[in-house]
Amino acid sequence: MTMLNQHKEGEPFMWLGLWLAVLGLGIGIMVGLNIPLILPQAYAKYMSVAALAALDSVFGGIRAAMEDHFNNDIFITGFFSNALLAAGLAFFGERLGIDLYLAAVVAFGVRLFQNLAIIRRHLLKK
Amino acid sequence: MKSFQWALAVVGLALGILLSFQFRITRDIQHTESVQRAQELSAQVNQMKKDYSALQAQVDTLRTKLDGATAGIGPLSPDLKEELEKAKVEAGVSELTGPGVEVTLNDSNINIRPGENPNLYVLHDEDVLRVLNEIRAAGAEAVSMNGQRLLATTEVRCTGPTIVLNRNKRLAPPYVITAIGNPDTLENSLKMKGGVAETLQFWGIQISVKKMSQVTVPAYSGGIKFEYAKAAV
Repeated sequence: MTMLNQHKEGEPFMWLGLWLAVLGLGIGIMVGLNIPLILPQAYAKYMSVAALAALDSVFGGIRAAMEDHFNNDIFITGFFSNALLAAGLAFFGERLGIDLYLAAVVAFGVRLFQNLAIIRRHLLKK
Repeated sequence: MKSFQWALAVVGLALGILLSFQFRITRDIQHTESVQRAQELSAQVNQMKKDYSALQAQVDTLRTKLDGATAGIGPLSPDLKEELEKAKVEAGVSELTGPGVEVTLNDSNINIRPGENPNLYVLHDEDVLRVLNEIRAAGAEAVSMNGQRLLATTEVRCTGPTIVLNRNKRLAPPYVITAIGNPDTLENSLKMKGGVAETLQFWGIQISVKKMSQVTVPAYSGGIKFEYAKAAV
């Protein structure tokens, strides 16, 4: 597929992908709420940072899509590696007695708001 | 192209599971036994406090009624009246005033180095007791702490970060001890070399003694009950 083609067909595919993602989110929430498995509360801190990192990646992805330089590979690897890295950072920080999860919270939190601001601007421009 | 859409769906799924798990964990933490128990207990404490202040108001009204009744008995003989006044002073149910000292005690202001026992730098009931003992030994005639009159039966008891006096009066630092007596004697007794003040200051506990020409020691506001002890005639 040529670049031109991709761009022309990219639009409907993009929307289908978005709907699939939303559907996946809905199913994920249902599964997460109803699964009998319960994680120990000790993991809550790591999970929270991972969730924040994941949210940041998603907003970053939305922003990239609006700026037309969305790259699927970058998005997916970023999503999982950011989440794992943040959780790992929190874990090691705990072991070392450094509140490294704060670093993750601040970094991802700031970026989340920046991305939101840019998304808002794009939406307003349309 | 198909795989890219599936990947997005997987990302959505992962995010959904992550968020809902996090939500559940947070909800579980709030619903944990210990947290609920603490909330329950604090509600109980608040209720008790309300009851207590209502009862205290009742005590106060009854006491004024009693005072009115004794005043209405009619002319007591001067001897009897004097004896009653003296008994009241000794029992601690009348407000007293006179020269004395004001001793302020507070926790240590030393920064504790890691590894040190912070307990050593906290004001304890024993420290307060030593100060009170010294004041009494120096001839204090009436003593109150944070507005609570010290009676012959008063205890000074440690209850975590606070001290309990007169069974249910909970005091928190800083403790202000007001004593009526000879101001010089009281001050010197506390500040003598190797005395109480010096020992406490070694641990950084803040103690200040202020001589006053006029201090007021409030009356005891609770009830006095002798359930077991009877006068042996």
